[in-house]
Amino acid sequence: MTELFHEIAGNLRNNKLRTVLTGFAVSWGIFLLICLLGAGNGLMNSFLGNMADYIFQSVSVEGWRTSKPYAGYQEGREIELDESDVTYTEGPRWSPTVGDVTRRTASTGVTFSLDGNTVAGQISGVMPEYKDQEKLKMYAGRFLNPDDLKERRKVVVLSLAQAKELLPKDPDAIVGRWVNAGAVSFRVVGIYHTDESDMYRTCPIPYTAYKVIYDTSDRIESITFTLNGPETRDEYEAFEKEYAGAMRLRHDVAPDDWRGIWIRNGYTDNMEMNDAQRIIRTFLWILGLLTLVSGIVGVSNIMLIAVKERTHEFGIRKAIGASPAEILKLIIAESVTITALFGYIGMFLGMIACQIMDKTVGQEAVDIGITKIQMLVNPTVGLDVALEATILLIVAGTIAGAIPAWKAARVKPIEALRAE
Amino acid sequence: MLIELKGVNKTYDNGQPLHVLKGIDLSIERGEFVSIMGASGSGKSTLLNILGILDNYDTGEYWLDGKLIRDLSEKQAADYRNRMIGFVFQSFNLISFKTAVENVELPLYYQGVSRKKRHEMAMEYLEKLGLTDWASHFPNEMSGGQKQRVAIARALITRPQIILADEPTGALDSKTSVEVMQLLKRLNQEEGITIIVVTHESGVANETDKIIHIKDGIIGEIEENKAHTAWDGTMMK
Ligand SMILES: Nc1ncnc2c1ncn2[C@@H]1O[C@H](COP(=O)(O)OP(=O)(O)OP(=O)(O)O)[C@@H](O)[C@H]1O
Ligand SMILES: [Mg+2]
Repeated sequence: MTELFHEIAGNLRNNKLRTVLTGFAVSWGIFLLICLLGAGNGLMNSFLGNMADYIFQSVSVEGWRTSKPYAGYQEGREIELDESDVTYTEGPRWSPTVGDVTRRTASTGVTFSLDGNTVAGQISGVMPEYKDQEKLKMYAGRFLNPDDLKERRKVVVLSLAQAKELLPKDPDAIVGRWVNAGAVSFRVVGIYHTDESDMYRTCPIPYTAYKVIYDTSDRIESITFTLNGPETRDEYEAFEKEYAGAMRLRHDVAPDDWRGIWIRNGYTDNMEMNDAQRIIRTFLWILGLLTLVSGIVGVSNIMLIAVKERTHEFGIRKAIGASPAEILKLIIAESVTITALFGYIGMFLGMIACQIMDKTVGQEAVDIGITKIQMLVNPTVGLDVALEATILLIVAGTIAGAIPAWKAARVKPIEALRAE
Repeated sequence: MLIELKGVNKTYDNGQPLHVLKGIDLSIERGEFVSIMGASGSGKSTLLNILGILDNYDTGEYWLDGKLIRDLSEKQAADYRNRMIGFVFQSFNLISFKTAVENVELPLYYQGVSRKKRHEMAMEYLEKLGLTDWASHFPNEMSGGQKQRVAIARALITRPQIILADEPTGALDSKTSVEVMQLLKRLNQEEGITIIVVTHESGVANETDKIIHIKDGIIGEIEENKAHTAWDGTMMK
């Protein structure tokens, strides 16, 4: 084994040009593969990240105005949900499918004031889960917690835009301050990020506090719940039909009057995102495999040429006593050494390129109007994947190279000697 | 009898069959120093390649050291070439990217001899041939005569019983040719190696003890030449 190693080390050292040319092709193949995987990952992360901001995995129910006459009522009747609907939704009929149930009150327009500055806002009573349901991102402080609800604390979470209006010099410092909202004062516990567009003017306060301050009735604006179970769109739709029908029946709304009781379905959106993710992933795999195949073709092509060029040398080796197996061993050992060495270099450079990509393109955001999105998020490849790809290319390249090697090993010595 | 050929035939068939050897009968004893002469295209190289198991023959028998050489596997053939036979070619056939000493070592590599031992032996043979100073030179840094001496060292290093030389002086000037032939003669006399030289130069053939003429694919006259009087030219003085 060490004898073979010395033999090939000498051969490679004394044929620097051939070694470097072959090696370069291998490095280049792996370099491209790693870059492609990195960019693909970046695209995927960006897609998932951007999508996730607009996807709600839960289902919401709201009462609107009926659009059909039903059960003796005229159309255009206002439907209001109340606590009994929450209890019903949490009840045994739906319990296998329905997960956590939360509710939100209607909102009340107020004007916040602090140190002479004012800003408008819509106060709404919510539960701690609201933050995740609406994908709010905290900028400072915290969101509402269960204790706030239990103790009906007069606390509020403002948007960053509102905080800037109230305390232009140091919006962060508003956390912990009391702000006035008409006759009531709230302590600010946190600030959430707003988009450029400033869509969010909603100011969450504990649901229980809202019920004390603004609306002592049972009425609620919406019920939001998670689901355990439906695996397919059909399954989900069957559930939705049954649940919506039952809710509509409770409120004397026609079973198919979707405006009377409206259901916001974020659940199948989420399925769609999973589908999209699967498609992107498949696409990336195909791209990766194609790159890999072209890498293998390149490596085996080079092996073919290298072996052809060396036919005369193999003839000499055979004339002085090399068996076909020895020739085969020599060629394969040389090709493995070259591909492993230069493959590793290509992998290393590819990972550096991914890092550069991350530091440059990865930091750039594209403005699409409503918001800014990042084209590439974390466009890098894990060391494990990179190593796997490299090893795969080395193995495949060697197998592909073994075919011309095997042919070369079988050429009759006299024919090999005649080759020039 | 070291080498015995009985009715050996060889036909090349590249589209049009060419019957080159038409029943060769030939015996060569251990320790002989013979040359094979003949016109260009008469089949000298073909015969030598068969003797060296570099090529196969169609019909007839080839006995080497009492063993019938037929249908050998490539591995067996490689082993015979490695242990029994040393080759010297007109075009030297040194591996260009290996130094003189590395070229000489190579047959021992295929015998599994350790690197250190190989190197020692190769240096010893290079010294014998007066090439110590050229050990680490590449073939393209050496003259034709030097290259041929490296090739001879490589042929000798496995202590073969036979040396097959196909026009070993073909690419050398007359002075160097004389040196190479003297070297082969010395190896024959001092080490008892059987040597077969293919040549079409009478002066070269005259250095050998027996001259075998090949004509139209069969063995013609066999001249005993112990006195080296077959040729009275001035070249090989
Ligand atoms: N591989 C081959 N395929 C077809 N014909 C061949 C092959 N090798 C040799 N020949 C033919 O066989 C004949 C004998 O060739 P060979 O090389 O044995 O001649 P030679 O006596 O060595 O001649 P020279 O003195 O020119 O070297 C020639 O006519 C040659 O063209
Ligand atoms: Mg010839």
